[in-house]
Order: sequence, then structure tokens, then C-alpha cells
Amino acid sequence: MNANSRILLAHGAGGRLTHELITSLFVRCFDNAPLAALDDSAELTLPCGDRLAFTTDAYVVQPIEFPGGDIGRLAVCGTVNDLATKGARPIGISAAMILEEGLDRATLERIVRSMSAAAKEAGVELVTGDTKVVERGAATSLYIATAGIGVIAPGINLSGRNARAGDAVIVSGTLGDHGITVMNARQNLGFEGDIRSDAAPLNGLVDHMLSAASSVHVIRDLTRGGLATALNEIAASSGVRVEIEEEVVPVRNSVLAGCQMLGLDPLYVANEGKIVAFVEAGRAEAVLSAMRDHPYGRDAIRIGSVVSGEPGVILKTPIGGARRLLMLDGDPLPRIC
Amino acid sequence: MLMKNSAGAVAALRRAPEFAREVLGDIRQLSERACRRTGRDTVQIMEVCGTHTMSFAQSGLRGLLPDTVRLLSGPGCPVCVTTAADVDRTVWLAHQPGVTLTTFGDMLKVPGSTGSLADASASGADVRVVYSPADALDLAAALPDREVVFLGVGFETTAPLVAATLLRACETGVRNFSVFPLFKLVPPALRAILAGRSHQNDGFVLPGHVSAIIGLAPYSFVADEFGVPGVIAGFEPFDLLEAVRLLLNLVTEEPARIAIQYTRGVPSGGNPAALRMLAESFDPCEAVWRAVGAIAESGLAFKKHLAEFDAARKFPGMPACDAPEPKGCLCGAILMGRALPADCRHFGTTCTPETAVGPCMVSSEGACAAAYKYGFTETSRWKKFGRPRKEATAP
Amino acid sequence: MCLAIPGKILTREGQTGRVDFGGLIRQAALDLVPDAAIGDVVLVHAGFAIQKVDLSMEPEIAERLGVSC
Repeated sequence: MNANSRILLAHGAGGRLTHELITSLFVRCFDNAPLAALDDSAELTLPCGDRLAFTTDAYVVQPIEFPGGDIGRLAVCGTVNDLATKGARPIGISAAMILEEGLDRATLERIVRSMSAAAKEAGVELVTGDTKVVERGAATSLYIATAGIGVIAPGINLSGRNARAGDAVIVSGTLGDHGITVMNARQNLGFEGDIRSDAAPLNGLVDHMLSAASSVHVIRDLTRGGLATALNEIAASSGVRVEIEEEVVPVRNSVLAGCQMLGLDPLYVANEGKIVAFVEAGRAEAVLSAMRDHPYGRDAIRIGSVVSGEPGVILKTPIGGARRLLMLDGDPLPRIC
Repeated sequence: MLMKNSAGAVAALRRAPEFAREVLGDIRQLSERACRRTGRDTVQIMEVCGTHTMSFAQSGLRGLLPDTVRLLSGPGCPVCVTTAADVDRTVWLAHQPGVTLTTFGDMLKVPGSTGSLADASASGADVRVVYSPADALDLAAALPDREVVFLGVGFETTAPLVAATLLRACETGVRNFSVFPLFKLVPPALRAILAGRSHQNDGFVLPGHVSAIIGLAPYSFVADEFGVPGVIAGFEPFDLLEAVRLLLNLVTEEPARIAIQYTRGVPSGGNPAALRMLAESFDPCEAVWRAVGAIAESGLAFKKHLAEFDAARKFPGMPACDAPEPKGCLCGAILMGRALPADCRHFGTTCTPETAVGPCMVSSEGACAAAYKYGFTETSRWKKFGRPRKEATAP
Repeated sequence: MCLAIPGKILTREGQTGRVDFGGLIRQAALDLVPDAAIGDVVLVHAGFAIQKVDLSMEPEIAERLGVSC
């Protein structure tokens, strides 16, 4: 069997195959500089010289409602976050709703109200949209495709290509909450207690960071593929070596227990309200304290640095060992051995 | 990982790097002493269990061990040792009319000769991942019009769970539930390894959770008949450090014996309730291990009173053909501790986790998958493991 | 080859209990640990408790599970 001859679920899992598909097909065929940057949103320059961030995203999560969020909140937050990681102030979002024939009207209303609430929280409006209904079975309840536009203020230049030797690596909070929550709901794992999705709009948090220092080089939101995949993308784009300390990476006990039970590594589990930032080391403390002043950055912590050496990501373990951290391979599945 | 809910960090002495350094120092001294005695340049230790393989790699411990200690991965990964023919039979079961096939996530992507359960699912079979056999039984109760089949893979740790689930099925009268038994037993595999002419094991790190069920006695033949010591180990990095140190002590002791490092989870008598459940539900039978071959009394067959739950009986006509192992694949030799992943010409070239040729690369805890995922670092010791190709023999 | 993690039994009704893994709670089958009682720490593998655990040497795990030692 040739893994490259057909599209597999793993091509959509946000890991190595996704990355390969994007670079070897989309980037090559569409061939332009804003796309080739492979950031969460493209940077476009208007004739007057002002810069826009432009992003699009599709949401197909199952189930559509889960503790801490739903597909609507996810769609708005994900779009806002893709703009925010370029340092852009979101000015408008679109939403195309693909509905399955027979979808419960009350469910749709809940999702739409949740989108509205998330937009209000982020201070952005849903200004245009589209509605399609497909035959029962052609979609599962509902899918949402969004686009978002934001304005990048002069002087702000955030990109995955900007990491430099000496940078401090910071995460905004605990990892894996969203992925474990959704996996529990999807696979009926029967987990209860302290697990909920972290879905949140992070533009306010990014504002705090950027006002604290102009020395923020990279911000990336940690979605599918988790921290490990995001760090690998940044290390590759910037051509740098990233070293992180396993012991300081924040993970909730409940999420860690869920990961251990299912044989998953929290470094590869999805988040929807967390970012990783690369910041000039001298300003790291200032940025951290600005982050901790924001409700979505209270657990922000420095987890590592950019060091000299061959590009890649190295994880230093609590017992003094070190190992290479690779991108997500395939789709994480619960396992017992 | 940082514990976010902890009220305050407890001084966990055994997690500290100083503890690791101290034990690693002992490991160096002890292994050098053992090498002087044997006249060889390494002490070869087989970690039987796939979860240990992963812990050694994930914790970075593999890279910290001195050159005088060489780790060999054993046959303790149920996914790795399930034959392609058994995967084919499982896929056949999944395609039977009215069948909902339930499996641990581990088995979903393992390829047989005609594809995997994931492929079967893509072409319309009803395949569902469950976390527990109890969940599979609940599903059967919830879907009375379907025949729910549970794929029974695993070792002594997992088999009693399935036996207990079948007792529950009897009690609750759920009849649309069956199990395809592919269980394997660890001690007979160890015997097969030790009986091999060319085994090179100075000691075993023995599986902690299998031992939580079976206890210490079933391993005593390893020391008594073959003179090889073993240590039943836990899964935290400090467990492995302590286990290797203890094992190196035993390597130079006479007579050889089996010891328990994982005392918090393994009483020497194991779990009597689980052992009783095993004895009442199964008879040992010959089982075929992928890339290794048939090993006597290394599998489990249902006793007569549970035969109605045997999917192989419930669905007659299961294909019998046996698919050959891929050409040049060294998985058999690797599972028996005679070769290392880097010895194989497929490793990292034609065989990667996404294009796996052999079972050790398919399973997320297989020796090759671990070597591929964690191996390529400066601290990696896999390069040092590279031995002349002629020593490694295909099965 | 077999993932199992320790958790504390919160409730026990016959063969089924609720087990706390440090904030994450899941039902577990207790068929294989007939003498395990509420408050005991057990190793859980694939939804079944397979053994009682003594955590007196592991303060960190004990604290995470809220077990005094």
C-alpha cells in the first residue's frame, strides 16, 4: 500500500502528512509568497501601504457540542486566533454554514448564539455568510467554513520565520485540554470531572503581549498536532533549533491522567485557546507578566529557548536525558498498550 | 510535566536529575564489572514489554545508559505479534453481515495482507474503537440487532478483563456479543527466546503489568533452568533506572534469580482473583506469533462453557490462508532480541510509521517505531547498536 | 505492553466503582479486585482495576490522587 496514493484521515490530522500535502501540492500549485510563508493567516499589503491579515478555516468537529465549547465557538475563536497570531486586529468574519438535512433547529440556534457570544467576546462582528443544506448523510449535522480579515498595525511583524537564537519560548497555559475533551466525547470514553475545552479568542491576550514589548518574534496558536508540531513548523520555517524542558510544560493533572490512560502524549494533543510565543530573552519576563495579567494567559510560562545548532526540536527530560521531538505522525488514537 | 493542580511540589527525590546521575553511575560501574567477568563489551538486557521500550525512549534514558549496557526489545507488544493472517481474519469478521467490530485503538491501522481494520471501516464495515471490553459489552446491550465482536488482543494483563466481561455477559444474558481470541502469554515466549541457540540475553526487564496479574513464580524457570536473571519493573523513569541497576547486580550474582522492583504494584503472588478467572475461562493453546512462528501453549482458547462467545465458532468459514512476512523484514529477529531495528535494510527507508513494512514499525510501541521516532538524536545510541549485517538473520 | 495507571476508588457498588485519577473520574470494573474498598488505590488497565497499589513510596503520585501516605 502506498500511503501517498490516497487521501487518508491522517492528511487532515494536522501532523506530518498534512504539512506534506500542503507544501507539496497547495503551495507548489498556488505558488505565491503570502501562502508560502505558511503562517496561520496570509499577510496582504493594500495599495496605500496598510497591511491586512487574511485567513480561512473549516470546522468539522464531532460531536458539535462538548464541555467548554461547541463547533460555533470553535469557528469564531479559531478564526480570530489565526488573525491574532499575526498581531492583527480582527475587523470582520464570514461564516458559511453547511447544514445536514434534518438538523434540529434548536441545535442550530444554540450554535449560532454561541458564535455570536464568542464574536462579542473577541470584539469582532460576523459580517457576511452563506447557507447550504445537503442531503442527510452528505454531512454530519453541520460544518462551518469561515474567513477573517484583520489589520496589522505598523511596526508589527510576527511570522513563524522570525525565531532567532536566544529567543525564549513561552506557552500561554495548560496543554491538551481541548483534544482530550473532544476525544472523550467522540469515543464515549466515559471521562468525567475536570476536563473541558479551552476554546477561547486570544486577540486580547496578544494585545497585552504586544503592548508589553515589540520584541515578540513569533506567535502560533496550538491547534491540531499540538505543541510538538507547532514547534517543528517554527523550527523549520526559521531554520533554528528549539530546546524545551519537559518538566515545565504545563498540563492539567486530569488531562495528564487521560493521556496516560490512552497512551497519548499531551505535547501532540490539540488545543483551541493556547499559543506559543518566541520572544527576545531579555524581554521574556515583561511579556510573561503581561500575559499573566490576562485571563487567558494566567498560567503562561517559559518552557525553553532557541539554541544554536542544527534545526529541529529537542525535549529535555526530567532525568537529564534529551530526545528529538518530531511532528505528529498520523492521527492520535486511544490505545491500551 | 508540571502538575498544575498540585498544592505544592512534593520533594520527589527519585525524580530529580541527581538521583538519575547517581544511579547511572552505579549502572556504569556494575556493567563494567559484569563485562570484565564475561569478557564481552556489553551487558545485553532485553526489555520484554513494549511499554518499557517506549518509556526507555521517551524519558531519554536510552540515550543516558553507558555503552556497556545494550537494550534489546522483546516480543511484548500485542500488536506486533499479531499475525497478518489474524488481521485478515479480523477484517473478514468486520465485513460479515450485521457485525459491529470493536477493538482497542492499537489494532486499527495494523495491515494484514488485504488491508487494515481502518481500511475495512473506510469501505463500509462497522468498526469502532473502545477503551474497555466492558464498553464493547455495553455497546452490544445497546445494539440488540447487531452482532458485536470484540477483538481480544493482549497478554495476561488483558485476558482476565475479557474473561470477566464474558461472565458479565452470561449474568446479564447478552447473547449478541462474542470475542475473537488472539491472546498471547509472556512466559512461553521467553522460553522460546532462551531455547534459541543464539540468544544473547544477560538479563530481562520483565513486564510490570503482566506481572501484576501473574506474579513472580511463572518466571522462575528463566533463572532456574537458563541461569538468566530478571527484574519485574515499573514504568516511570526512576523505576527503569532502579530496575536496570538491580538487574546488573543480579547479573553477577550466583545463582540467578528473579526480583521485583515494581513492588507497589506487583505482589509476588500476582492477582489470585484474576488468575482464577483465567484458569476458569481459558485453556492454553498453541499460538502463532507474527514474524516468529508457532509457540506451544502461548495462546489462550476458551473453555467449553464459554464457546458460545467464541467469534471463530459463531462465524464459521473464517479464511485460513497465511500471508507470508514481507521480504527482508527483520521483525522476527528483532522481537526475539537477535537483531536491532537499524540492522534492517527497510528501516527508515522503505519502512517508516506511515509506510510500515513490518509489525515493529506499525505498532506505536514497536521497537522500530520507537527507534524511528526517538532515535535520531545526538544522544541516540541506536547508531552504536549498528552491527555487521551478517549477524542479523531474517526469520 | 499494557498501560495501567493508578486511581483512587471513590465509590463501589458491586463490581463497579468510580475511580479518581487526579481530577479525571471514570467508571472502572472491580471484578478482579474483590477486596478493594473505597479509598484504596488501584491500577486500572482498559477500564478494569487489576491490582491494589501501595503508594507509600511515591509521595508525588499519592498527592496527585489525594491519598495520604
